[in-house]
Amino acid sequence: MARYLAGRIAGLVVILFLICLFTYLIFFKLSPDPALMICGKTCTPDRVAQIRSVLGLDQPLTEQFWNFLSGLFAGRDYGSGANLVHCSAPCFGYSFQTSQSVWEMILDRLPVSVTVAVGAAVLWLIVGIAAGLLSAVKEGTWWDRTAMGLALGGSSIPNYVLALALQYVLVVRLQVLPFPAAVPFSDDPVAWFQSYLMPWIVLATGYACLYARLTRANVIDTLAENFMRTARSKGLRPALLLRRHALRPALTPITTIFGMDFAALLGGALITETVFGLNGVGKMAADSIAKNDQPVIMAVTLLAAFFVVVGNVVVDLVYTGLDPRVRVR
Amino acid sequence: MSELLAVEDLTITFPTGRGPVDVVKDVSFTVGRNETVGIVGESGSGKSMTSLAVMGLLPRGAVTRGSIRLDGVELLGRGEGEMRRVRGEQASMIFQDPLSSLNPYYTVGLQIEEMYRAHRRCGRQEARKVAVEALAQVGIPEPERRAGHYPHQFSGGQRQRVMIAMALVCSPKLLIADEPTTALDVTVQAQILRLLADLQRETGTGMVFVTHDLAVISSIATRVLVMRRGEQVEYGTAEQVFAEPRHAYTRMLLESIPRIDDELPADEVTS
Repeated sequence: MARYLAGRIAGLVVILFLICLFTYLIFFKLSPDPALMICGKTCTPDRVAQIRSVLGLDQPLTEQFWNFLSGLFAGRDYGSGANLVHCSAPCFGYSFQTSQSVWEMILDRLPVSVTVAVGAAVLWLIVGIAAGLLSAVKEGTWWDRTAMGLALGGSSIPNYVLALALQYVLVVRLQVLPFPAAVPFSDDPVAWFQSYLMPWIVLATGYACLYARLTRANVIDTLAENFMRTARSKGLRPALLLRRHALRPALTPITTIFGMDFAALLGGALITETVFGLNGVGKMAADSIAKNDQPVIMAVTLLAAFFVVVGNVVVDLVYTGLDPRVRVR
Repeated sequence: MSELLAVEDLTITFPTGRGPVDVVKDVSFTVGRNETVGIVGESGSGKSMTSLAVMGLLPRGAVTRGSIRLDGVELLGRGEGEMRRVRGEQASMIFQDPLSSLNPYYTVGLQIEEMYRAHRRCGRQEARKVAVEALAQVGIPEPERRAGHYPHQFSGGQRQRVMIAMALVCSPKLLIADEPTTALDVTVQAQILRLLADLQRETGTGMVFVTHDLAVISSIATRVLVMRRGEQVEYGTAEQVFAEPRHAYTRMLLESIPRIDDELPADEVTS
């Protein structure tokens, strides 16, 4: 088990390194010169050269990449003498737009993205699995057909359409919710809940539809298994039959998919956060791309990659716990 | 002699796109206490459907006519709740593929326990004790430790032993064995057949043994029912059916058994 884990973590490090390298190459070499952008319209060549030297852009590419990488783990210094700025680890540099520390920006916004992701996940798991389960048990009935028809439709609505429609209906027409504005939980729990409710619904809808269809298919497959026939031949109560014998085999594969989806969402929900004006990592990513704020783009890309890669390993570990057949002996 | 199981004029009909189809037609047979009756036929002959009908486990939509009496009590037309008390408690079943017939997510101990607890009021501790005893009875070595293992950790023959232990844990009057040895290799097959025969002698359980293999039937059954395309083509004592088959289909089945005096090389026959 320890060897397996060590192998997985080694692979994780390699993948993160490669992602780091490619992101760096793409955003720092292929996009416009950051020094020109920082310098703005009233720019002199001297000023550009100065900025380049402070940022280390005058050094060879390998040097720059090394500085970036070591900055992540050990921190780094920008400039020299009186202008020296120390950026402590993990150092993602400073935003070209606001000169804020990128790491602090992330720490500031991550709670919003996590709140969005966790709330949506709870919602879609409950709705999706319950609907799928009910459809499987009532296979072929009007309930099944209606639910699966809705699920197919729901999974094909784009998030921004749903977000705007929901805002129009709930905020503008019915006025049951205030216009979305982020309120900290400690200030007013009710307003906090109201501000996150629509993002949760929007984000959860697509996933809930997908999970309902997956759950239904898995439960129907499981009900047709030979071991279900055995379980029935034993005279077990229907509740036990479903809960113990059908649900665990049917839901175990869904854990895997859930782990991936949730991990990806932790890296920020770009569209939903932007539409609802939530200051999460997703909105930060969207803003930074629009303004070509390279250190921020770099950081959000790495953060999202980190979540996905770590999520993968976590999923594998959870899976070995859930399915005795893949347990490493 | 009071019969344990009496099946009379059993007909099973399935609705299909082209109207109802009889998968089993007017089948009648009886099983006495401590007796083994073999049902033989090729796949699709309706032999498995007949055994599932006894358990009340036919697929949804199946319509049954006739009569199935277990220990004098009519089973056809009974509600699901009543059938649930029959299953496992009075009649239980073992299947062809023991690996897929056991739930891979739970230990064999738990799967035996839950069957016992479905029919007897008792706690987990007691059920575990019964399960371990049942495993010992079917010849699983180190039963206390093995009860905590998962089905994939057993060999094919051992898995079928686990199935048998489970089927007999509530001491049912009737055991239905649906091709229990088909998925096993020949030496293991013989061991399982011997185990079934031994257990039957100890417990007096009546047994329905479903197979396509006449050689297996001849070693275990006292009476034989031959089925083809849902119909009963021959029914009689094993000696009768094997010595003087009346139906051409039975003769054909008998002739299809490879014999030692056929043209096999000598080294393949030893064992």
